[in-house]
Amino acid sequence: MNRTFLAAAVATALAVAGTADAETLRWARAGDSLTLDPHAQNEGPTHTLAHQMYEGLLQRDMSGEIIPSLATDWAVTDDPTVWRFNLREGVSFHGGQEFTADDVVFSFNRAQKPTSAMKELLASVAEIRKVDDLTVEIVTEGPNPLLPANLTNLFIMDEGWTMQNDSEEPQDIANGGDNFAARNTNGTGAYILDSRVVDERTVLQANPDYWGMGEFPLEVSEIVFTPIQSAATRIAALLSGEVDFIQDVPVQDLARVDQSDGLKISNAPQNRVIFFGMNQGADDLETDDIEGENPFAKVEVRQAMNMAIDREAIKRVVMRDQSDPTGVIMPPFVNGWNETLDAVPEGDATVAKEMIAAAGYPDGFTVQLDCPNDRYINDEAICQAVVGMLGQAGITVNLDSKPKAQHFPLIQNRTTDFYMLGWGVPTFDSEYVFNFLVHSASDERGTWNATGYTDTALDEKIVSLASETDTAVRDATVNEIWEQVQADVLYLPVHNQILNWGMKEGIDFAVQPEDQPHVKFLSYSN
Amino acid sequence: MSKIATKATDVADGVAGTSMDTVELTPGIAARLGSIWSSDIVWSFRHSPVTIVAALVFTSLLLAAVFAPWISPYTPFDPASLNLMDGFTPPMSTGMGSGAMYWLGTDDQGRDVFSTILYGMRLSLFIGIAAVAFAAVVGVTLGLIAGYTGGWVDALIMRIADIQLTFPSIMVALLIFGIARGLTPPELRDQMAIWVLILSIGLSEWVQFARTVRGSAMVEVKKDYVQAARLLGRKPHHILRKHILPNVLGPVSVIATIYLALAIITEATLSFLGVGAPPTSPSLGTLISIGQDYLFSGEWWILLFPSLTLLALALSVNLLGDWLRDALNPKLQ
Repeated sequence: MNRTFLAAAVATALAVAGTADAETLRWARAGDSLTLDPHAQNEGPTHTLAHQMYEGLLQRDMSGEIIPSLATDWAVTDDPTVWRFNLREGVSFHGGQEFTADDVVFSFNRAQKPTSAMKELLASVAEIRKVDDLTVEIVTEGPNPLLPANLTNLFIMDEGWTMQNDSEEPQDIANGGDNFAARNTNGTGAYILDSRVVDERTVLQANPDYWGMGEFPLEVSEIVFTPIQSAATRIAALLSGEVDFIQDVPVQDLARVDQSDGLKISNAPQNRVIFFGMNQGADDLETDDIEGENPFAKVEVRQAMNMAIDREAIKRVVMRDQSDPTGVIMPPFVNGWNETLDAVPEGDATVAKEMIAAAGYPDGFTVQLDCPNDRYINDEAICQAVVGMLGQAGITVNLDSKPKAQHFPLIQNRTTDFYMLGWGVPTFDSEYVFNFLVHSASDERGTWNATGYTDTALDEKIVSLASETDTAVRDATVNEIWEQVQADVLYLPVHNQILNWGMKEGIDFAVQPEDQPHVKFLSYSN
Repeated sequence: MSKIATKATDVADGVAGTSMDTVELTPGIAARLGSIWSSDIVWSFRHSPVTIVAALVFTSLLLAAVFAPWISPYTPFDPASLNLMDGFTPPMSTGMGSGAMYWLGTDDQGRDVFSTILYGMRLSLFIGIAAVAFAAVVGVTLGLIAGYTGGWVDALIMRIADIQLTFPSIMVALLIFGIARGLTPPELRDQMAIWVLILSIGLSEWVQFARTVRGSAMVEVKKDYVQAARLLGRKPHHILRKHILPNVLGPVSVIATIYLALAIITEATLSFLGVGAPPTSPSLGTLISIGQDYLFSGEWWILLFPSLTLLALALSVNLLGDWLRDALNPKLQ
C-alpha cells in the first residue's frame, strides 16, 4: 500500500511539474532591455521586452509581415497626406483603464518629444488627431505611403496613468535621466510585468483580459527573462535545462546544441548589419596622436580602412560562417539594396598601408575604438580582429569594450571617435537608415549618426523621400544617396548577422528576421 | 581568501612573538638576528620537499616570465602581427592562414597560446608584485604611524582599516578600479589599465599590513631602547625607520608572500570579469575568460593551459608563504 501511495504521489508530482513547465518560458539572451519606457530607446532588446507588454497600432508577426494590433484596419483617405486608423474596441490596459483614441494621440505626441528615441520614425508626421473614440487620423507633411512600416515599434501608453506618474516626457537616457515609466509598465499586451531586477531577471505573467485570446496561441502563462552575458554560462544554462530558450546561441556552440537530445536550433538571416563608424566631422579627434587634424576626415584614409578589413576571415574564424559579409550598411531585406552596393571590398593590408602613407600618415596613427561586448554576435571578438587588421595597415587601435548600456550613450552624445554599431531596419526601407545614420545630426534626424558627416544637399534628398509618391523617382533618389554614402565611405560595413535561436525540442517558434520573439506566438507541439 | 587572511593574522602574531623574544635577548643587534633567522630558514627549507618543489616551480615560472620576449616564438601583444585565419589552431598543429607551428594551439584571434601565457604571466606577476609592494609600503607606513603616535591618529587609521575589512577585497578593488578608470583620460586608458590595476589591488590589501605593523610597533614603542632613543632626542621618523621598522619586517615578509598569491588571483579575477588588463594585451585572467567561451565547443586548449599556469603560479607562491610562516613560527620548530 505504501508503494502504491508513493507511486501515486510521484505521478501527481510529475504531472504538476509537467504542466508548470509547459506554461513557464525561461528565456535568456546576452543583454537586458535598457529601459521599460517604451519611447526612450530605439533598440532591439528593449523593444523585444516591451513588445510582450505594450502594443502599437500594428505590428510585425513572426515572419516579418505587418498585421493589425491595436488598430483593426487603416487606409489613406482621399487626401493623400492623411492616414486613418480604426481602433480595436473593448481593449483595456493592464491597470484597467479603457483604451481610446486619446491614448493614441497622447502616445504619438510623447514619441515626438525631444527626449524620445522614436522621433525619427515620426519625422514626417505633422499632426495626429482624434476623430472619435475609436478613430484617429495621422497627417503627414507630404504623402507618405510607407507610414505604417514606421509604426511597428511605436507603443501606446495610457494617457491617465502616464500623466499621473509624471512620465509625460520620455526618459532622457543619454543624460542619465529616470522616470516612473522606466521602471513600471501599463500596456495592453499579452503579458503583465510581475517583477524586474535590471540585468538579472524580469518576470511577466499572462494577461487574463487580453483581447487577442483565440487569435494567438498564448500557450505561455509566465515568462522568466534572464540576461546572461557570458556565452559559456548562457549555453550551459540551455544544455542543463535551466532555461528553455536562448536568443543568441554562441556560434561555436551551434553544433553542440543541435546534437544535444531535446534541444534544437532554428536559424535565419537577420535583418541587421554590423559596421564601424568614424568621427570624420571633428577638427581634431579626442583619442588620436595626431595634433590639430583629423585623419578620419580624409576619404583616402577611410577607403584604406575599408580595404584593410578582411571580412572573409571574420566570417570564417570569428563567426564560423554564421554571417554574410557586406559592403553596405543595409541588409538585403531593405528596399534600396542591390548586389552592386553589397559587393565586398577586396581586402588588402599592403595596399591599405600605402594609401594611408600617401594620405599623409607614413607612420600611421593611433586611435581608440569603442566596442560593445554584450550586444551583437561576437561583437568584441570582431573588434579585436579589426584591431589586428588595421594594425597591419599601420593604424594602432586601442580597444575599449564595455556593456551596451555604457557604449550606446557614446554614440548618441557623439563622444566617440571610432565605434561599432549594428542596425536593424524595422521599416524594411532605406529611408529609415538614412534618417538615423546618414542625415546630419539634428534634433529630428541623424540621432545615431556620430560620424559628424554633414551635407545639406544630401539632407534635402533624404527629407524628400518621406513625401515622394512616385516610386520610380523615390527609388532613384534612394540609389543616389547610397552611391554618395558608398563613395564617401561614411561607414565601414562588416556583415549581416545570421540569427540562431536555441530552444527545447517541442517549442514551436520560428526565427523572426528582426530577432523579435513575440512570446504570444509561441506554441508547444506536444 | 578569508582562509589566507586568517593565516596571515596567525603568522603575524606568531612572528611578532619571535621578534619580541629575540630582541629581549639580544637588543639592537640586527645582524645576529638575521643570521639566526636565515639558518633556521635554510634548515626547514632543506627538510620540506613540498617547499623545494614549490620553489623550483615558482623560480622557473618567474624566469620564463622575465625572459618571455626571448623565449616566446611570437609577439602576441602586437595585434598587427596576428593572422586571424590561424584562429583556433589545435596544439601541435600548423595554422591555416600562415602555416606556422603552434605548440599549445591558438586562441580565437590566432594568438599563440604558449607565447600569450608567457606574456600573460609576465603581466600577472608584475601586477601582483607591484601591487603587494604598494600595499606593503602604504600598510607599513600607516601601521608605523598609528602604532607610534597612538591617540586619534591611530583611531582614525585603524577605523578606516576596520571599515575596509568589512568589504570583500575584490569589491574594494572593483570600486577603486572603476573610480580610477573614470578619472583617466580615454586616450591613456589602455596604457594606464595596468597601473590602475596595481593601485586598486594594492589599496584593497594594505589593511593586513597596517594592522600587523601597528601591533608590533605598539609593543616596540614601550621598549627601553626606543625610550632611550627618544631621550637622546631622536626625531620620530628616525626612530621609526632605524629602530622599529627592522623589528617588524619579519611578519611583513610573510604577509607579503601570502598576499602575492592573493594579488595574482585578484588580478586574474578582475581580468576574468573583464575589468582588468585590456583584451589586446591579455593577462592570465583574460586568457581564462576567453577560453571559458569555448568550454563546450571542443577548443579545450584555450582554457586549459592558462588555467594550469595560474594554478601552478598561485599554488607555488602560497606553499612558499605557508612554509615561510611555519619556518618563522617558534611554536612549530
